[in-house]
Amino acid sequence: MHDAHASRAGETSVPLTASAVLVNKVGLHARPSVKLTQCAKRFAAKIELALSGDGPWTDAKSPVKVMRVKAPQGATLHFRVTGPDGEVALAAVLALVHDGFGEA
Amino acid sequence: MAEIQLIGRAASPGLAFGPVAVLTAAVAGRMASEDPEQEAAALRSAIEGARAELAEQIKTIQSEAADILEFQAAMLEDDSLTDTAYELIAIGITADHAWRRALDLEIAGYRAAEDEYFRARAVDIVDIRDRVLAHLGGVEAVAGIAGGSIVAAEDITPSTFLATDWSQGGAIALASGSPSSHVAMLARARGAPMVVGLGPLSWHGQPPVLALVDGDAGRVIFDPEPETIRLFELRMAAAKAERTVAEATSLAPAFVANGRRITVLLNVAGPEDLANLDPAICDGIGLVRTEFLFEAAHGLPDEETQYRVYRDILVWAQDKPVTIRTLDAGGDKQVPGLTVEGESNPFLGLRGIRLSLARPEVFRMQLRALCRAAVHGTLKVMLPMVAVPSELDRANEMLDAEFTALQAKGVACARPPLGIMVEVPAAALCAADFGAAFYSIGSNDLTQYTMAAARDIGAVADLNDTSNPAVLALIAATVEAGLKRGVEVSLCGDAAANTHLTAALLATGLTTLSVSPIAVARLKAAIAKVSS
Repeated sequence: MHDAHASRAGETSVPLTASAVLVNKVGLHARPSVKLTQCAKRFAAKIELALSGDGPWTDAKSPVKVMRVKAPQGATLHFRVTGPDGEVALAAVLALVHDGFGEA
Repeated sequence: MAEIQLIGRAASPGLAFGPVAVLTAAVAGRMASEDPEQEAAALRSAIEGARAELAEQIKTIQSEAADILEFQAAMLEDDSLTDTAYELIAIGITADHAWRRALDLEIAGYRAAEDEYFRARAVDIVDIRDRVLAHLGGVEAVAGIAGGSIVAAEDITPSTFLATDWSQGGAIALASGSPSSHVAMLARARGAPMVVGLGPLSWHGQPPVLALVDGDAGRVIFDPEPETIRLFELRMAAAKAERTVAEATSLAPAFVANGRRITVLLNVAGPEDLANLDPAICDGIGLVRTEFLFEAAHGLPDEETQYRVYRDILVWAQDKPVTIRTLDAGGDKQVPGLTVEGESNPFLGLRGIRLSLARPEVFRMQLRALCRAAVHGTLKVMLPMVAVPSELDRANEMLDAEFTALQAKGVACARPPLGIMVEVPAAALCAADFGAAFYSIGSNDLTQYTMAAARDIGAVADLNDTSNPAVLALIAATVEAGLKRGVEVSLCGDAAANTHLTAALLATGLTTLSVSPIAVARLKAAIAKVSS
């Protein structure tokens, strides 16, 4: 629904990937999911996450779907980003995870 | 009427006594239309109504409760949650049934989660479900509960909790529920006792009138006998008096009379020592004994098991420093398959760092787990029973090697600073010769090695005295070495908790003491009385 089209005319559609460990207290739970999806929605790029490098991939802009992943603390979160502002988007979501979503 | 005692799990501490309010699911009648389009419109407007109501509530409440409602609002805005319901409506199911079925499916997904934290989110989805259902049926979502009530229910939603006045007391007794639920967090924040997992609350058609809730022990007594009430009220009075004293001292930082700040740390034997403990009572953890990991019957713990435990402790401490001691086996702590049996004098034998260096494969695994955990907080690692600088040097080399190897493999890790326990007189006398990142005085062993007297041999027990000038001189020498080298010195033995010794210990120049959680309030009170 909020997804922008990932690859527009003239843009390459080679996805960028990276991973980060969930360091916050209880994993990708309620508040972090909201923060992550809010962050992801700021970008046009298609942003997906998964618990494994080869998927299954989940839309990082949907809190309902992100919560369904039930990613526990200590899990490695893989991101796959496609789109014009993909690099900035990837850096932003990674920073959020590294920062433990601003939780103590 | 006989009293009914139920045992569950403690979710929020405290004691409460009051009238029971039994929560039952409100069923609202609703006139459904035959037309799927009208039903879809009805659901859309109910969801809109629920969102508007949430937005209004978020504006009026404080931060942590607002976070919980913001989560609900974000979920409700997500088409992934509502799609299924609209699909069901399209095939002729009424709006309320379609919404209930779609949300129950989502709720079932949470209830089936392995992780307790995610299981506990099920009730948030129930809250979302009921909020929209209420808008569909056109009734008030939450029935008012009188303040001071003991709320008895299967489970309770954040909305119901927030709609209740907790300022006059009251408590929560749930048949199911979870200590990780949002309501449990709110209850702890508001000081409302809560017990979950009591099992089926069947009253045989006769709901109880009164209840006692013991949120410390996880116990609820419905319709208590007069004698039970009398004893409980005595406990409530005692707990209130205790709380007044503890609140005044334990959360405040400890100071001595002349304003010198004394750091108070915790000694813990395992993560369960930290359950229900507010990190605010301490300045960090001064000693984590890791022997408990090695006590289990199923052999030595693997790296992953150790990593998880260390990580959980660091996460609890919320970036306050945590000092973990590497395995201190040997002496009186035997670990089958690791320690040497039949030593003629185990306290002067292969124990502490000596054993770790003799069994490098076990030690290296612990160092790896520690490096991995170090990314989760402020970790310091200390070595027990160090007598000569070369032991620390060898441990430092192994730590460097394990850290470098982990890094090369791309594993998230950090290299914690390595300090030593000062419990052998040789280490105290020559403390400045050690390249330690910090010193932690183990007063139990330092006393017994200095005085050559064991605590548990009655005939010489009076010689085992930490306040002996010889022991205090060694402590002072260690403090001086720390000052000279600009590194921290703490004391983590039993002497730290002995308030008769507080003045003498602080007189040596020590500014950091580490004690078991139970001794914190007493120690802070004793520190406040010391004038130097």
